[in-house]
Amino acid sequence: MATPLRPRKESPRDFLATDGLLDDDEIMLRDTVRRYVADNILDHVGEWFDAGTFPIKEVAPAVGKLGLLGMHLEGYGCSGSSAMMYGLACMELEAGDSGLRSFVSVQGSLAMFPIWAYGSEEQKEEWLPPMAAGEAIGCFGLTEPDSGSDPSSMRTHAKQDPSGDWILNGAKMWITNGSVADVAVVWARTDEGVRGFVVPTDTPGFSAPEIHRKVSLRASVTSELILDNVRLPEAAVLPGVASLRGPLSCLNEARFGILFGAVGAGRACYEAALDYATTRIQFGGPIARFQLTQKKLVDFMVAVQKGTLTAYHLGRLKDQDMLSPAQVSFGKMTNVQMAIDVAREARSILGANGITTEYPVIRHMNNLESVYTYEGTNEIHTLVMGQAITGQNAFS
Amino acid sequence: MKVAVCVKQIPDPAVPGELDPSTNTLNRDDKLILDESDSFGVELALQLVEAAGGGSVTLVSMAPRSEVSGLRTALAMGADDAVLVSDDALAGTDALGTAKVLGAALGRVEPDLILAGVESSDGYTGTVPEQIAGVMGIASVTFAKKIEASDGMLSIQRQTDDGYDEVTCPMPALVSVTGGVVEPRYPSFKGIMAAKKKPVDQVGIADLGIDASAVGFAGSRQETVAVVDAEAREAGEIVIDEGEGFQRIADFLAELKVI
Ligand SMILES: Cc1cc2nc3c(=O)[nH]c(=O)nc-3n(C[C@H](O)[C@H](O)[C@H](O)COP(=O)(O)OP(=O)(O)OC[C@H]3O[C@@H](n4cnc5c(N)ncnc54)[C@H](O)[C@@H]3O)c2cc1C
Ligand SMILES: Cc1cc2nc3c(=O)[nH]c(=O)nc-3n(C[C@H](O)[C@H](O)[C@H](O)COP(=O)(O)OP(=O)(O)OC[C@H]3O[C@@H](n4cnc5c(N)ncnc54)[C@H](O)[C@@H]3O)c2cc1C
Repeated sequence: MATPLRPRKESPRDFLATDGLLDDDEIMLRDTVRRYVADNILDHVGEWFDAGTFPIKEVAPAVGKLGLLGMHLEGYGCSGSSAMMYGLACMELEAGDSGLRSFVSVQGSLAMFPIWAYGSEEQKEEWLPPMAAGEAIGCFGLTEPDSGSDPSSMRTHAKQDPSGDWILNGAKMWITNGSVADVAVVWARTDEGVRGFVVPTDTPGFSAPEIHRKVSLRASVTSELILDNVRLPEAAVLPGVASLRGPLSCLNEARFGILFGAVGAGRACYEAALDYATTRIQFGGPIARFQLTQKKLVDFMVAVQKGTLTAYHLGRLKDQDMLSPAQVSFGKMTNVQMAIDVAREARSILGANGITTEYPVIRHMNNLESVYTYEGTNEIHTLVMGQAITGQNAFS
Repeated sequence: MKVAVCVKQIPDPAVPGELDPSTNTLNRDDKLILDESDSFGVELALQLVEAAGGGSVTLVSMAPRSEVSGLRTALAMGADDAVLVSDDALAGTDALGTAKVLGAALGRVEPDLILAGVESSDGYTGTVPEQIAGVMGIASVTFAKKIEASDGMLSIQRQTDDGYDEVTCPMPALVSVTGGVVEPRYPSFKGIMAAKKKPVDQVGIADLGIDASAVGFAGSRQETVAVVDAEAREAGEIVIDEGEGFQRIADFLAELKVI
């Protein structure tokens, strides 16, 4: 009785009909997040970016209600979704703004994931449900002023005093959500190796001054963490891990979200340029009729579609538990580079309008500089893959 | 409290529509989605059942090709189940025919309250809800912006040009909901996963005791005889402001009776 759907013409927004690679639930979730972003983010994010603010108190509970915080974690109020769905949510969030996606990545993959994977039952019960609901905000402190790409050089350290309490000292740098967090997962050197600590941010000795003068990721809070004799009970340490494997596994989760998210940012720039090119009239017609403009638009379209295919493929691998860290590096490196290239060239199509935050492109372009840098710079991911294909370690 | 919501599944308004030149009807071959006009009714129904402390929300839809995509969206928002009428014999059904079919389907649900949109986004005759009430022989209230239910009675604020009327009526009744009066909730991840398992009762017209000759192109009393392009817009009037521009604008708006 059912008649088959008529074959579509190519859609400018999904030329290869990649939606066909998703199931109905994935599409509904994707469309829901897309609608949330359209209704609540797009009209305001330019102003947030200008002002250097992010209304986390409103956004966090709303995103929590959608089930996007710690969404691919199981239990404790988390959604327990597939990795693919987590990726699709990141793609739509970052089509809004990289700052919004960063908040969700940090909350879910960097702050909730280590508590979920390495925490004690008490730590999970205390923190995961309010964090999943967006009522408690988390941050992740790994990077330090003198320790970035090489986290093994970290200086922050923790020592147990005779009472069993941990005393934490050191400084963390470039910490997303630091000043607005209720809890910080802080990585520190101990006698037994690198360990993670669950630090309520109202603990005496903890402070998190905000970093200003950023021209990238402005709709996101970035902070320094100062740990000045922060005394924590013995139970504040994450019992499940005592090496750099802990923070690196968190980064692997977050990078997976980024390799989808970057496609969203690239797509938003392509679509903005396409809309602009078809409506902007110069020399008596839309600028989209110039061959030079068409070349740019086609390059964007092809790049974004390739990035989408890469993301979907890696998403399916992850859901089969077959995705290696070096394959995540592939996606993070190539998709972020793709998005930066698209953003820069798309900006040119918007002419003078393209240099304002009235249009999304230059905002994405600037944001992507942060996305390029955090979670492993492109250089670092190149070396990870270089080692994977040559067997030679270029880091040492 | 048992609430039924009529939800129309329509072609995605973001995709340019096409008419079938042989019948002058809208091409509905692509996936259909939940009409946004009906998302307000779904939200109000969910709120009413929450306020009543229990009950159920049943969706009722008539659509081609056993289409359930739009129903799944409303189920993901929280509706409990759905009745879908789909039958090849329904192609070309007019608004009255639609009302007969929906009325028969709603009769099987036996709700206390039926909600519908004031008008759909694609057909927008704005006549189906009142015709359903007529077919079913129940009270009909239009343009609701607020609905409260207690003791078998409904009190409703009806949107008017100057404000609103307060009306009451006994249940069961059919109420059409003005667009935009509530903020429809987003389906959550959990809602989306739960929606898959919710029952959708698929019926044909024979199940509803409706004869094929009463519906479809055969049963329609209306026919679209021609479709013509809208007249091209005229250039408009360009007013150069020489200090009295505001007055010219005010006069123009007054002429349109907007102010
Ligand atoms: C907006 C923003 C938010 C952030 N949020 C967080 C957060 O929430 N938590 C957190 O812990 N950190 C966070 N970071 C920090 C981020 O992870 C680091 O900036 C990143 O790891 C790079 O470290 P670095 O800045 O010290 O650069 P460096 O490591 O000093 O690198 C400088 C340059 O040298 C290159 N380089 C380094 N080593 C090599 C090599 N072996 N071969 C070739 N080139 C090399 C790098 O690729 C880069 O180009 C954030 C950063 C930004 C910008
Ligand atoms: C196979 C098939 C083919 C059809 N072909 C055509 C066609 O070619 N052209 C055409 O005009 N119509 C067609 N119809 C009928 C069409 O879908 C509408 O239901 C009907 O025309 C109602 O008119 P309207 O959209 O103006 O409703 P309105 O009166 O504007 O709608 C008001 C409210 O009534 C309710 N409602 C209306 N229609 C439905 C519905 N179908 N299901 C559930 N609730 C509803 C909704 O709550 C809606 O918000 C077809 C139907 C089927 C099943």
